Amino acid sequence: MRLSSPELLVDITGLKELSGIRVQNGVLRIGALTRHCDIERSTEVARHVPLLAQAVVHVAHVAIRNAGTLGGSIALADPAAEYPACALALDATFVIAGASGERRVAARDFFRALYSTALGSGELLLAAEFPLLEPGYRSAFIELARRHGDYAIVGVAAHVRVERSMMSDLRLAYLGVGATPVRARRAAAALEGKVYGPQVVAAVQDALGKDIDPMPDLYHSGATKLHLARVLTGRALAALAQ
Amino acid sequence: MNAPEKLPTVRTGYIGKSEPRPNAKRLLQGRGAYVDDLRFPRLAHVVYFRSPYAHAKLKKLDLSKARAQPGVIATVDGRALAEYCTPWVGVLAHLKGIKSPPQHAIAIERACWQGEAMAAIVAETRAQAEDALGHVEAEWEELPVVTDMEAALRGDHVIHPELGDNVCFRRELNAGEVDAAFAKADLVVEETYDFGRHTGVCLETRSILADYNAAEHSLTVYQATQAPHMMQDIFSRHLGIPEASVRVICKDVGGSYGIKVHVYPDEMAAAALSVMLRRPVKFVADRLESFLTDIHAREHRAKVRLAVSREGDILAFELDDLTGIGPYSVYPRTSGIEGNQVVNLVGGPYKHQHYRAQMNVVFTNKNVTCQYRAVGHPIAVALTECIVDPAAARLGMDPAEFRRRNLIADDAYPYSFPSGLKFERLSHHKTLDRLLQLMDYKRLRAEQKALRQKGVYRGIGLAAMIEVTNPSPAFYGVGGARISAQDGATIRLEPTGMVTVMASVTEQGQGTEGIFAQIAATAVGVSMDKVRVITGDTGTTPYGGGTWASRGAGIGGEAVLQAGKALRSNILDVAAAMLNEDKAQLDVAGNAIVSKATGEERLPLAEVGRVGYFRPDTLPMKFQAELTVTRHYTPREYPFAFTNGMQASLVELDPETGFVKLLKHWCVEDCGTVINPMLVDEQIRGGIVQGIGAALWEHCLYDDNGQLLNGNLADYLVPMAGELPDIVVAHVSTPTRTSELGAKGVGEAGTSGAPAAVMNAINDALAPLGARVAAQPCTPERVLRALGKV
Amino acid sequence: MSQAPATEIETTFVLNGMPVTRLVPARQHLVDFLREEMGLTGSHTACEHGVCGACTLRVDGEIVRGCLMLAVQANGHRVDTIEGLSDSGELAALQSAFHERNALQCGFCTPGMLMAALDLVKNRPEATREQIREHLSGNYCRCTGYHAIVDAVEAVLEARREGAKR
Repeated sequence: MRLSSPELLVDITGLKELSGIRVQNGVLRIGALTRHCDIERSTEVARHVPLLAQAVVHVAHVAIRNAGTLGGSIALADPAAEYPACALALDATFVIAGASGERRVAARDFFRALYSTALGSGELLLAAEFPLLEPGYRSAFIELARRHGDYAIVGVAAHVRVERSMMSDLRLAYLGVGATPVRARRAAAALEGKVYGPQVVAAVQDALGKDIDPMPDLYHSGATKLHLARVLTGRALAALAQ
Repeated sequence: MNAPEKLPTVRTGYIGKSEPRPNAKRLLQGRGAYVDDLRFPRLAHVVYFRSPYAHAKLKKLDLSKARAQPGVIATVDGRALAEYCTPWVGVLAHLKGIKSPPQHAIAIERACWQGEAMAAIVAETRAQAEDALGHVEAEWEELPVVTDMEAALRGDHVIHPELGDNVCFRRELNAGEVDAAFAKADLVVEETYDFGRHTGVCLETRSILADYNAAEHSLTVYQATQAPHMMQDIFSRHLGIPEASVRVICKDVGGSYGIKVHVYPDEMAAAALSVMLRRPVKFVADRLESFLTDIHAREHRAKVRLAVSREGDILAFELDDLTGIGPYSVYPRTSGIEGNQVVNLVGGPYKHQHYRAQMNVVFTNKNVTCQYRAVGHPIAVALTECIVDPAAARLGMDPAEFRRRNLIADDAYPYSFPSGLKFERLSHHKTLDRLLQLMDYKRLRAEQKALRQKGVYRGIGLAAMIEVTNPSPAFYGVGGARISAQDGATIRLEPTGMVTVMASVTEQGQGTEGIFAQIAATAVGVSMDKVRVITGDTGTTPYGGGTWASRGAGIGGEAVLQAGKALRSNILDVAAAMLNEDKAQLDVAGNAIVSKATGEERLPLAEVGRVGYFRPDTLPMKFQAELTVTRHYTPREYPFAFTNGMQASLVELDPETGFVKLLKHWCVEDCGTVINPMLVDEQIRGGIVQGIGAALWEHCLYDDNGQLLNGNLADYLVPMAGELPDIVVAHVSTPTRTSELGAKGVGEAGTSGAPAAVMNAINDALAPLGARVAAQPCTPERVLRALGKV
Repeated sequence: MSQAPATEIETTFVLNGMPVTRLVPARQHLVDFLREEMGLTGSHTACEHGVCGACTLRVDGEIVRGCLMLAVQANGHRVDTIEGLSDSGELAALQSAFHERNALQCGFCTPGMLMAALDLVKNRPEATREQIREHLSGNYCRCTGYHAIVDAVEAVLEARREGAKR
């Protein structure tokens, strides 16, 4: 259908060294060419980055997950995609190679605008490095899609420390609410050091309005997306509190 | 096989048996033959330069650079193609006052919707043609765009000034004493409903391969179509080729649902280009083109009023319907039929005698709309059934009981409905009883009540319906359209004892060939594996209408039955002559001539074939074996064989997100004689899911500039397996007495009733929350708005 | 495109068990190559961007979208199509169940649907009805409403489970 007409296309799928999942230097390094299905099956991911394990099943369908890759999702930077929000929530780091060598970019500096990232021309995403799950931390990933496997209307990647029912260091990253995945810092702050309960949840939901101002999509207004983001936030916190 | 004593009327044999379709086997191995699978020498490929604007004048069109690209054979504009293909006008005489401007295969200097073809590029490969498309140079002058139906009706901008206004067709109906009925009503309920424009989304896009033979001045067209003979006539008249020299072949079709029964400009252009270039030309729409140019349907806004007595009797219906159809009435069936059907059918299951309707069909600058599966029925059933529920609720009546009180009694037939329709025999009450039993209605209501205490919002929705099937010539023929209401079947005994059926109804996957084999095997007296069925070729089959309006089984099936019976009789003539016995003592059963009295085999059928074809010299001197017969059938007594049915939907609504989960769906349908229960159930299930799609997901979204916003399969939401419930189907059988077979149609029943059932279920779930939705598709956005959450 | 014609790349892979070497246009999708160059028309194109599943193929034993993979990317891999898996008999049980249950109408989605169903039968033999629906949720069928397809797949899974018990 000629939706794009690239002048030059480089097939990198043969680069075996860009694929693979391993723990090294205190992080879980996932190669850019690691496929969704590899992440889905990985015990390392389940153990060290459970947020990703929860998210991956929402990525399209089996035949897509067998071919699509982590790097593809990150580099395309669709604001409704799962991994960018997870990377943002977990403060992941992206390893980028160019003619002048390797560099590392934090997830919060990577997603710049709609389908636009810190990747420069001539650069290649090599891997993503996710911090390992620390004791006391929990993750939840929830999204709402009209149909199974569709891009989400809105979704949330949540990560928090729970100690004797007190929650702290909450990270909330939303997909489908803007031009990039969005980290909700004010909403997260509303929970800091508090014990989970209805009033705390309401305060987080309320504060979320200061963090995100969703754009409408084809079927949903910005107001509806904000409402749904609040509902999901409540559900994510409930899951984290359990 | 059949007990011989059941002769000579219809034997049951394979009728009523769930026989798997023989032709499904090739499709299961990827060995179907869809148009794009065919391979031709010297095949050229056409792609179209389409208007990016919804309404614009093409001030300059320069095709010279495109023409110079590698592999390009021709570049053709509207004027050049008009030399080869005459324009058409989509009107019918019996839709009084309907108007539409002439339409060309390629538009000439003005585009009236986004996606209208403005030029053709023909090349040796499709990729080359698409490469060249990027070199077309065009200058446009944008014209005012009319997208809103009400603005179109007001006529702020008139799309076709020569027509005077934007009204394509208008109908008014006033039966009984409507004002008096409303005046004496204890309760009047009124609501305005919006229906989102949606489309058929056949998995196989529209496809045509036209092969003109200049030496013979003949045209062979391989086309994914539902109506080969209709297309033969149209190619003949608009391309100026004698009808007998046009052959339309329809092999496997990857879904049609009404989408592939219309005349499409780009398909006509492909045929005209074949004539112009004197070589085969293929056009296969891509998915974006499909969304922009496959007919859309069902964009309606309708206000409906219901007058009810305190006791719960429906006194009168009143309807005001508005529908927008794009810039042209589609040829040759017109775009007036859908609205006309809505007027015909609103209130249809009920026994009130007062009904008033007005309906306006207006031109807009969106893609054209026309007849898509269940034409008008989903709108009419929703308008009827969605207004019935609040009336019942206001009277404190259970919706099932309210319906029972008002449905036309099962012994009231024949019955005339206020809109003028005549019902031969319907079974609303039996159907309702069966449905309530099937779904365990009382238990579901109790469960619903209990769950509401726990904050779970379930809804149960019912929808009763009537449906037009087996249309007589009253549908199109009387209006002057050359669309056959009769169908034919030729049956031949082969020398080996095999039976070949050639039928004018086409196979689109619904199982036509399978049920025709069942009917033919039963009628002749052979096993199904001895029957081969050929359809979809104007060069070999009898003349007929094809597949549309739920007519294949009822009309085509009756023709096969009568042809089969005639062949059996002719076979017995030969056998009687061979055996020198009385024909009345013989029968055909189990692939053999048998003794009627004892069932004892007398001759294998292959022996009749051998003698009939190779040794007729051994038969009596003046006897000629006639082992091929043809019969036709036309429904005459009633304009339509109405069916009835009732559906129910169970949903669970999440009031926080506005999401609706479908839990289960039931349908009880009365399509008369059920020839193959499995195939009938699958027609119903597939139809229901198309109706569910309309209720929940499917919507062609346009912006104010007439740009389609979601013309691809990622953004236009079709129903997928993950969101759908199991669907339980059951039957009541009231055969039509107008044919021996007794079959009415069933292809559209599911689609007709499902949207209303789902909408009623959603509103039932919303009721305790004080909210109500009246727009389809029922998106989370709309539910949340109804709930006041956003 | 202002570019010179796309380059062609020699590509070698195993197609339905037989080695194939062709000069392939770099821009050609795998499904188009199979249909146009190899005459394997059982795999269909319908949405052309990965959402409908009609072009589902098997590459190295795993299902993928034939419209989201370039033909040149098949180089060095093993590709199986509906034709190959029909001839090998690998699909026979599913094909028979689909036929018996009429789990197809127009048949256009069927090759892709069978590919997805076979993947389920191989990898998730314990799948429930709901999991069958989920597994097939990337394959669009406009005709059946899916119920019969789910029935057919469920029947094959049950027969396998029964067979395993014996």
